Amino acid sequence: MNKPTTGNPSPWQRLRNLSPARIALGRSGISLPTNAQLNFQAAHAQARDAVHLPFEAAGLSDQLAKHGRASLVLHSAASDRHNFLLRPDLGRRLSDASVDLLCKYRSGNPGGCELAIVVADGLSALAVHRHALPLLKCLEPQIQAEGWSQSPVVLVSQGRVAVADEIAERLGARMAIILIGERPGLSSPDSLGVYFTYAPRVGLTDAYRNCISNVRSEGLSYPMASHRLLFLMREACRRKLSGIALKDETEVPQMTNTARGENFLLG
Amino acid sequence: MASYSHSIGAVTYRFADLKELMAKASPARSGDFLAEIAAGNDSERVAAQMALADVELSRFLEEPLVPYEIDEVTRLIIDTHDKAAFAPVSHLTVGGFRDWLLSDSADGRSLRSLAPGLTPEMAAAVTKIMRVQDLILVAQKIRVVTRFRNSLGLPGRLSTRLQPNHPTDDPVGIAASILDGLLYGNGDAVIGINPATDSTASICALLEMLDAVIQRYEIPTQSCVLTHVTTSIEAINRGVPLDLVFQSIAGTEAANASFGVSLEILQEGYQAGLSLNRGSLGQNLMYFETGQGSALSANAHHGLDQQTCEARAYGVARHFNPLLVNTVVGFIGPEYLYNGKQIIRAGLEDHFCGKLLGVPMGCDICYTNHAEADQDDMDTLLTLLGVAGVNFIMGIPGSDDVMLNYQTTSFHDALYARKTLGLKPAPEFEQWLAKMGIFTQTDGQIHFGDTLPPAFRQALTQLERANTS
Repeated sequence: MNKPTTGNPSPWQRLRNLSPARIALGRSGISLPTNAQLNFQAAHAQARDAVHLPFEAAGLSDQLAKHGRASLVLHSAASDRHNFLLRPDLGRRLSDASVDLLCKYRSGNPGGCELAIVVADGLSALAVHRHALPLLKCLEPQIQAEGWSQSPVVLVSQGRVAVADEIAERLGARMAIILIGERPGLSSPDSLGVYFTYAPRVGLTDAYRNCISNVRSEGLSYPMASHRLLFLMREACRRKLSGIALKDETEVPQMTNTARGENFLLG
Repeated sequence: MASYSHSIGAVTYRFADLKELMAKASPARSGDFLAEIAAGNDSERVAAQMALADVELSRFLEEPLVPYEIDEVTRLIIDTHDKAAFAPVSHLTVGGFRDWLLSDSADGRSLRSLAPGLTPEMAAAVTKIMRVQDLILVAQKIRVVTRFRNSLGLPGRLSTRLQPNHPTDDPVGIAASILDGLLYGNGDAVIGINPATDSTASICALLEMLDAVIQRYEIPTQSCVLTHVTTSIEAINRGVPLDLVFQSIAGTEAANASFGVSLEILQEGYQAGLSLNRGSLGQNLMYFETGQGSALSANAHHGLDQQTCEARAYGVARHFNPLLVNTVVGFIGPEYLYNGKQIIRAGLEDHFCGKLLGVPMGCDICYTNHAEADQDDMDTLLTLLGVAGVNFIMGIPGSDDVMLNYQTTSFHDALYARKTLGLKPAPEFEQWLAKMGIFTQTDGQIHFGDTLPPAFRQALTQLERANTS
């Protein structure tokens, strides 16, 4: 039997090793070959499914309990996924029931704490399911070594980044970290973002936050993300601020341009 | 301030001012609902459209939608308005203007000379009572031609920005995407990189590389690293070879401030670019990007609907004689443009408004994975914009931007539009493609060379050697 045709393979396929981009796909006529077309559809389907996958907060809560960590399970003011996508403002605030729950917790713990860790689905529950627990396990010993007191881990469904501000303010926390699913890319449906804020309160803009992006198997590793985050937190405690003013000093140097030698296109 | 009203049957709908009328007359989109300014239902929307159709165009000169005193974009629009150019349509209502645009009186010549007489608000108003086919038919009559090292926007031409982004700005990875794109005939509008990092040193290194590639292969095109205008000025001060000065812009002073720019800073960037005198055929050198929803996302919309805010961004753009203006239509997310239908209409509105105002309009035909859109929607918008005569689109490997995490048109998509609509690249670039043995285009067919173009064989051989050594 003949092998099914997949169009003209690209004569410059060797370029594919040089970039994660979809280069040298070949062509059928002038169009995408069948394989490339279906590979794209599969990647898009994965990214879409990641956006709409429900957050299994109860499951994560159980796993945290097994590791000796208490948690609070909350919901944003966005009632469902549709509402969440259309109303970013609602994803940044807590539902009334969740506010009550936090108030009740706070009345038993009026002294507040130094750190509140929040985990929210954001735009990819898949990212949270895969990377939140391993990253927390990596972080915990380092946080304990600093001696920072913590609230229970707060799990939020239909949450956006700024929901951590309200949570931390209500808990009386000096610092907030939120682990949140990033907008899925076609080649990265499970990318986790970490945002850090010093002196968090409702109404802060992104200018007051520091972001560590792209935590996933093919991206930033758990130890590297933890290292950067702890560096930021120590600096923030020393200087009593976070956000733009901290940004430049925490850049981890990228691989230098010369690492691969001369550029083949100019050689 | 005048109020406006219109009755449908027994119900009379009232609109407090022109701004409210414009918002309620806007075809439904999620961003206007998010801003809580959209019509409450379909009947109210049509009533607003009917009331808007009876408003005289000159009213927009008397009732600024964002106050003159607090917004420099309004001041720019009002202060540079050309009354003589406006004269041919100054007696018309918005509805009458639509009829005139569709008539044979409105041809390429009359529309181009009208442009300085139109304000962005007039252009936005008429779109609200136009169907998709109206937006295409009128835009198709208008050619806005710009030049730096080639001629963009000519009839029968469709250009592409080659967008070789890489997650860590690795120059070799970027070069691989550039070569891929060139071999598919892309890159005549610009070879333009969105940098992953904003460090001036790495941006300068990318600019040096792009310049070297363009010179080495004698490509009649221009380069750009899409960084903040102040970083481009800094690169120019350091003596780095920079072709196009890029900036994201929006339609209000406050939204531009959120991007860290003002008209004065844009003017500085424009002057810095001009001082290099690097264009061989012309000196259009600004590259602007825009998109509906940007003013609202910065909470800088002044209660104005997102499409009118967007048209005002073109009022900013045209002041700086840009080479390229690109509406990045589906990038911002579903809270502003929810689905394929809203993205498609917005792309056509933006292209129409830009062309009507005399701006060299291109479109990043795109979507994110949390919008209700897919490749079929992008094919539809690409085809419609191709018919409408869009100046340029994006070209990216396999539609997947691995740095910005969204999907835009691919190198292959550009070939599809060229083949089905008989569109060619910019003439200078077309000749280069033929000379290099990449492809020729005759009788609607694209004829690729039988072998790898000789000029690039060496590059690939070098790569092979590097791999095996």
